[in-house]
Parts: sequence; C-alpha cells; structure tokens
Amino acid sequence: MIINHPLLGPRDASEFTYLGDASLINRPDWQSDSAAAEFHDYLYLRDNPAGTHRELWFHEQGDRSWLVVTRNTLTHEILATELARDVARKTGRGK
Amino acid sequence: MRYSALAIMRQVLNGHRGWTPAWRDPEPQSSYDFIVIGGGGHGLATAYYLAKEHNAARVAVLEKGWIGGGNVGRNTTIIRANYLLEGNQPFYELSLKLWENLEQDLNYNAMVSQRGILNLCHTDAQRDAYRRRGNAMMFTGSGAELLDTDGVRAMYPFLNFDDARFPIKGGLLHRRGGTARHDGVAWGYARAADQRGVDIIQNCEVTGFRIENGKLLGVETTRGYIGAKKVGVAVAGSSGRVMAQAGMRLPIESHVLQAFVTEGLKPVLDGVITYGAGHFYVSQSDKGGLVFGGDIDGYNTYAQRGNLPVVEDVAEGGMSLMPMIGRARLLRMWGGVMDMSMDGSPFIDHTEIDGLYFNGGWCYGGFKATPASGFCFAHLMATDRPHEVATAYRLDRFKTGRMIDEKGVGAQPNLH
Repeated sequence: MIINHPLLGPRDASEFTYLGDASLINRPDWQSDSAAAEFHDYLYLRDNPAGTHRELWFHEQGDRSWLVVTRNTLTHEILATELARDVARKTGRGK
Repeated sequence: MRYSALAIMRQVLNGHRGWTPAWRDPEPQSSYDFIVIGGGGHGLATAYYLAKEHNAARVAVLEKGWIGGGNVGRNTTIIRANYLLEGNQPFYELSLKLWENLEQDLNYNAMVSQRGILNLCHTDAQRDAYRRRGNAMMFTGSGAELLDTDGVRAMYPFLNFDDARFPIKGGLLHRRGGTARHDGVAWGYARAADQRGVDIIQNCEVTGFRIENGKLLGVETTRGYIGAKKVGVAVAGSSGRVMAQAGMRLPIESHVLQAFVTEGLKPVLDGVITYGAGHFYVSQSDKGGLVFGGDIDGYNTYAQRGNLPVVEDVAEGGMSLMPMIGRARLLRMWGGVMDMSMDGSPFIDHTEIDGLYFNGGWCYGGFKATPASGFCFAHLMATDRPHEVATAYRLDRFKTGRMIDEKGVGAQPNLH
C-alpha cells in the first residue's frame, strides 16, 4: 500500500506503524464522573467496519508525524490522508 | 451411511455408485430451539455437541456461503495445547483430548496426526520462559520436553543452528501436538451433526436480529425470518459485522493473516517447527507442500488477502531458519480474516441480550480450538453456565480487570 503523506508525498506503508481507529484521538475526560466506563469503551471497544475506516498511522521511519488515513478495509484502497494534528484542531482541540 | 473398510469394499463391488451426500440440504423451518450462526469449524462443532452432549432437538446452522468456506478452510492446520495461563491451558488440553478421539467420534477421517511441535529458543531467557511454559503444560497433562541444541540437531539437522544473531539454543517439544486436515474437520462435524438431526442451511445470510425488550426472538435472513429460543454467533472474522446488527461493539479488530504453501516436495519435515526469534512456523502437508506463515499484516482489513511487506518478512524468517527453503517454489498464498481481541484471547459468553450468545475473538488460534470451542459453546448455550475450562472467556473481562494476558500485549491487537 502507498500512503500519500500530505507533506512528503507518496510513501510505502511499511514506513508506518498502525495504531487503530482514528476515534482514539478523542480521549475521554479523566475527571468526568463516568471516566472509568468511558475509558473502558475508549480503550477496548471498536466499531470494526467492513468498508470505509478512518485510522491512525505513525510515520515512524519518516518524519514521525501522525496521520489520519481513510481506507477501505475491503479493498485496501486509500481514500484520503490528513495530518492528525489538523484533524484534532478541526474538532476544537487547542494545542 | 457409516464409513468403514467394509462400506468401501461394497462400493468397490458396485462401481462406487452407492455413495450418498454426506449431509442433507434442508429448507429452513419457521423456528428452532437453537440456531448457530456460522458454518465453519466452531459453528458446526457447536451444533454437533448440542445434539450429542445435550440431546438438543431442532438445531440449525446458518451459513451465508458454503460450510467450511471461511477461516477453517484458510488456516495452517496446526493443533496444539502449549499455552501457559490457567484460564487458557486447560481449555486447549480439553481440545487436544477431543482431537485425539475425533475421528472415532465423528466416523470421519480428519487426518489428525500427532507429529509433534517444536518451539525453538535462541536465548537463555527464552529457554527459561519455555521451561516455565513446559511446566505449566505438564500440570494439565499435555506433556512437554525441553531439548538442548544436540537434541534439536538430532531431529532436524538441516536447521540453521549457527545463525550469528539467533543461534538455536534448544527447543520445547510438544509431542501430542500436530496437524489435522482442516476441510475434513468441517465436513466431519457437518456430517455427524446432520446425522443427529441438525439442519445445515447454506446460502443463508443473517441480515438482522429481531430483539424485543432485551430478548432475542429470532433472526432475519436472506431466506426469510427464522424464530429461535437461543442463538449462538460463531463467525470469527466477521464477528464485528454480525454483532453490530445486534447493536453491540466488541473488543475486537479484524486483521488479515497470510499463509503460504510451496510445491510438493519429498518428505523433509515430519513435525511442526516454530521459530522463536522471527515469528515463522512451518509444517509439511501430506501432499508434500511446505505450509508456513508468520505475522498478521497489522491493520484492520476484511480483504482476505494481504500485502507484500509481510510476504517478504515471512520469506526472510523462513530463509534464516531453513536456508534450503529458498530452493522451493511458492505455489500459493492466501489471507484469512482474524478476530484480533484486545488481550489475545477468545470469548465464549452470553451477551446482554437474553438468548444471544457469542463465540469469537480467536485471534489466529481458532483452528486448534475447534473441538473445545464447540464443546464449551454448546455447554453454555444448553445450560446457561460456562464450561469449567472456559470460565475466563468473558466479554466483560476488560471492565473487571480479568484480562488473559497470555502474551502481555495490552490493549492493542495489532501488536501481536
């Protein structure tokens, strides 16, 4: 698979390591009353769709940036790549 | 028809015109006592043991394609009970005991061959870990022997003993482990279940569950609605998709694991070898092909085919362990979809929905578990109590802190 890095251009997927569902960006509030249940769901439960999946890839053998890759899990086709930083900022995360 | 030498002789005399189909092709009835979703090894075994051990009548297996066409037809055929932890090892020992009597029980040749599995070690620390594992195996009666380098050399002189990075220091030999014919296992269970009255319904995909007030009433399928008192889901590889129809999220990601087979060779390898340093395992099929595999590709997929970096990695592992393998031509490679669970261990549990039971999360160890998985799942569905060797396989174990951390991988299944 070739991942089209937004800054560096096309890169082989073997330069990256995979973390999982892009929703892992949205870490729950540890001070909330239901933090234990929220962290259980966040850490362990997955949607696991067959089809379009947004996921986190780490460019470990490259510029060490985190990407959000939108990929079809049935065909391996990559539909979009974004910097995880930009995705987090779009949701209102400050730094 | 019961298979025997006499039955073959009779068929020989009448020109093999008397063989009958091994199982019926029934129309689905309007309702059943038990429905098992998934006509793979685990689903068929569950239906068989429901009928045999619990005298369940009105049992159906629903399969969206043809039986044995999923993961049981795509694995590397190894059976073993060389686990470590209390929640795991007794379960796999039960499985091995069932394997040892499977063919007599099913009246079917599943080609179970206890040819021995040798886990190679390459460091002193790894040898210590194997000594501990071997002791755990002996506690449950599975048997284990620790070999030194000379012991391994006497068995497999062709291995690369003096590799500069990973010299072979010895190995853990599990003599009762071995291989079985994967398709034969599915067909044998299907035939034996059918003979006990189980309806095996192929080309019948479950498209939804009918649930009212937290109680399951039946399943919607491509061949109409079928009512059921109890429904068990055994669709490893598709667990995420099927259970999402019941509104459940699971601690599972689907990953692909590739396997490989070479052209047929003369007998060179009479057992199974695993490479402790490079994640590579190999055996030789009865047709002569070397069957081997390695790591999962490492990202979510349902594609049933992998990508090239892992092919390269497996080939490198094979070459560094068995240099002669480089002369063999690779005939085929294929991928199976694995339910990778968050601690590397499976689930056999009832769900929060009354009447709905779940079996999955086998990671890449599902084949060896087939008999015990079916046995324990049938026990759970029939009695609503977990079988004593499967009490640890709960869906809520992450919530309660009772993970089965066999490999110490934590919360990310892609780290296996």
